[in-house]
Amino acid sequence: MQAYAHRGDECVVVARDQLVAVATHCRDEPSMHFDMVVDITAIDHLETFDEFRFEVVYHLYSLPHKHRLRIKVRLDEDDVHVPSVSGVWKGALWTERETYDMFGILFDGHPDLRRLLLYPEFEGHPLRKDYGFADIQPLVPLTDIGVPMSLGTPFAGTNRERGIAVGEGTSAAGKALIPQTTAFKPDVVYK
Amino acid sequence: MTAQVVEALVHAAIKFAILVPGFVLALAALMSWIERRQSAMIQDRVGPNRASIGGVRAWGLFHIIADTLKFALKENIVPRGSNPLLFRLAPFMAMAPALIVFAVMPVGPTNRWVVSNLDVGILFIFAIGSLSVYGATIAGWSSNNNFSLLGALRVSAQMISYEVSLALNLVGVFMVFGSINLQTIIEGQGALLGGVLPKWGIVVQPVAFFLFLAASIAETKRTPFDAPEGEPELVSGYFTEYSGLALATWFLTEFAAVIMVAMMATAVFFGGWQIPWLPPTPALVATWWFQIACVMAFFAKTLFFVWVQMQLRWTLLRMRYDQIMTMGWKYILPISLANVLVTGLFLLLTR
Amino acid sequence: MSTETVREYLTEEEEDRIGLHTQEMILNMGPSHPATHGTVKFTLRLEGETIRDLDPDIGYLHRGFEKMCENATYTHAFPYTDRLNYCSPFINNVGYALAVEKLLGIEITERCKYVRTIISELHRISDHLTCLAATSLELGAFTVFLYGVQSREEIYVLTEEICGARLTVSYVRIGGLTDDLPESFADHWKLVKRRLDKNLYDIDKLIGRNRIFIDRMQNTGILDTETAISYGCTGPFLRACGVEYDVRDAAPYLVYDRLDWTMPTGTRGDNWDRFLIRLAEIEQSISMIDQCIEQMPEGPVRIDDWRVVLPPKDEVYNSIEAMMAHFKLIMEGLKVPPGEVYSYTEGANGELGFFIVSDGSGKPSRVHVRPPCYHLVAALPEIMRGKLIQDLVPTFDTINMIGGEIDR
Repeated sequence: MQAYAHRGDECVVVARDQLVAVATHCRDEPSMHFDMVVDITAIDHLETFDEFRFEVVYHLYSLPHKHRLRIKVRLDEDDVHVPSVSGVWKGALWTERETYDMFGILFDGHPDLRRLLLYPEFEGHPLRKDYGFADIQPLVPLTDIGVPMSLGTPFAGTNRERGIAVGEGTSAAGKALIPQTTAFKPDVVYK
Repeated sequence: MTAQVVEALVHAAIKFAILVPGFVLALAALMSWIERRQSAMIQDRVGPNRASIGGVRAWGLFHIIADTLKFALKENIVPRGSNPLLFRLAPFMAMAPALIVFAVMPVGPTNRWVVSNLDVGILFIFAIGSLSVYGATIAGWSSNNNFSLLGALRVSAQMISYEVSLALNLVGVFMVFGSINLQTIIEGQGALLGGVLPKWGIVVQPVAFFLFLAASIAETKRTPFDAPEGEPELVSGYFTEYSGLALATWFLTEFAAVIMVAMMATAVFFGGWQIPWLPPTPALVATWWFQIACVMAFFAKTLFFVWVQMQLRWTLLRMRYDQIMTMGWKYILPISLANVLVTGLFLLLTR
Repeated sequence: MSTETVREYLTEEEEDRIGLHTQEMILNMGPSHPATHGTVKFTLRLEGETIRDLDPDIGYLHRGFEKMCENATYTHAFPYTDRLNYCSPFINNVGYALAVEKLLGIEITERCKYVRTIISELHRISDHLTCLAATSLELGAFTVFLYGVQSREEIYVLTEEICGARLTVSYVRIGGLTDDLPESFADHWKLVKRRLDKNLYDIDKLIGRNRIFIDRMQNTGILDTETAISYGCTGPFLRACGVEYDVRDAAPYLVYDRLDWTMPTGTRGDNWDRFLIRLAEIEQSISMIDQCIEQMPEGPVRIDDWRVVLPPKDEVYNSIEAMMAHFKLIMEGLKVPPGEVYSYTEGANGELGFFIVSDGSGKPSRVHVRPPCYHLVAALPEIMRGKLIQDLVPTFDTINMIGGEIDR
């Protein structure tokens, strides 16, 4: 455990296996009472790192004491697992999903670790430093979401597959409701 | 005998053709313009005034033509996965009843001024009017769209619920005037109460009038009862998938329903074609100018109620679906029942 | 779960026994849908009119703000921040500038502090007006929408007078501003304020006591205080739950500690409280701008340090030092010492945080923004579970999700 402050921001670096214990203590200890996780994100030190490449950053805030704390967990390049703190603060649910989405850091114990901002077929994790600024994603083949609802049985069978439209095209906007036919092909292919 | 039947049929058809396309549909088309201009006035903006023919703008009245042309020129899209037959049929299933009900509406003092003076006039309106719920329900179901389906479910529940209160509100009026024939009810409203106050429906049944107005606006599915088309969550409800003239048909149906509500309110609560303090003596009724004056009075009152409904539409907000149901079943229905009870007691005691 | 709920929904065996089968309906709301302004998609699992589950799907407006910032100098990031919360770009500008200044360890001039406060509050009004107007529109009050948007338009005109742009302002710079407020600002503000007051009065008259509106807003979209805190909700949302938390009060920045203002809080945490809090905050913001104009000292709006701010143009053309400073700033960007800061300001929807990591070069190594509405939308499934589908509309509106901010 290592602690420092920069420009008035207090920061604690904790070991990965102690993270949940430290987080729970920070929340429950009355003198700290960090009842809110303001933000969770990560830093990629690709250009400068020697021991660790990623840092997962937790910003905590205490409403009654009005103080803040930054917790950091350092991660190796080839072992990007962190225990999830979503059991401690619910605010971690989406922020951890986003960090996974952007950095590919896996939060063990997260109930629903899916991509958040990007679409499921996205390849790579864009905020890693080795993801180039001009990298282009491959086209995602159009997915058939099954037979359109027929009138005889309007709601028979499992609706889930029929109701939820899945990915189409390269853009996130392609996740919109897609035409219920495989004959549809985009006219313009962006390279 | 056959000749008489044919003659009667031809007469009825001519009258219907004059009343419905000549007045109702023309007014319905005009209402699309009135609605937008009036909302613009309320909202401190100009509204549609740009359509012009040869530089003549006529306060934007040509927007009616422009809108019709626009609707007519658009493609009538039938969505994939829908039932094309029912999908195309549904607007007409809704519109036909909405127009047929005008057949029993007496717009003037003699039988000449009503397409068919049925003895069961109001019951006919209810019976045929409730059929239009099928159109909306089938439209929502056949569209193969979840929004439409939810809208259809809401519209069927709402229309059936409010039909009960609507009919019950008029029971008090039937009791007072002793008839369900619209012409008889209107004639009964010609008398003067105590020599000063016209014996209009609103005077003898004030509670019923306001409940009737609320319930009938719910029947027309306009704000504040427009949860079936609830724009923010259901896009357009049961007619989400319609386009082109089919969509225009839905609008016409809605406006026809608005006119019908206005006419009902006029006929039952505001003396119909009666001109206040001018009792229709047989000698007077026989003159053509008095008949014309009565018809004008009827249409003036109708237009007033159309205006009232427009005003309500643009000043009130949208209620939640369960609040609409609560209001219908827990407030309007018991109050109308109580109104019937009180009216009955009063009639019994004063007989 | 209460026994009532259990009785309401039959088990499958019971359904089999009475031969009545119900199925849940999946409804995709969005991304192009009247209720989802700001492109978000909700996948609703409905049981009749009741929402069993809800999955907000964000990211349709994702344009890689954080990645773009890594490829730009510190100053280049200002136009990107304009597009975060497009209802209140000044606040984003100020928030980002404060973060970089915190990292640099510099103190801005007094007049600049006042100007930044004024423009922040100006756009807080604009943001709140947008939210109130949209909420009213979706509940059917189109008139109120127009009144609200008309007032916002006045603020846009004022914004245009300040910086030349209506929406993409890019007015703030590190160490100061692009320019001082125009001389006519105080007079123009008086005019805007008069019209704003009138419109707010009209809005209040139109819907403030409207039974239908209150019924739609009251007791809908409730989130209890503990859960709201656990989700990291801030801003009017948390204040509606009764928690007195406002960054302007908890950690005053700029000149908020010198102004006389009160923090409106709610009691129930429902949509109606959030609506009223926004109305009350507009009034507070108006009063804050008035106080700022009164207290504002004369003086420069930029610091006198050519390592941070661009030197004036006549100096650039006439002296070699200024020329060199200009060249270095334009070509290499502002050199920020290595380090990392998390700076937080009160956005219109809550705490707007910027986490900036510098490696000592002219470009930030990492810029992360904490959008206030992100945590509110994350809590939306928890709020809406078991509620009616029509309650989603006012709840989503009072949450005030801004697409540009949440998707970045």
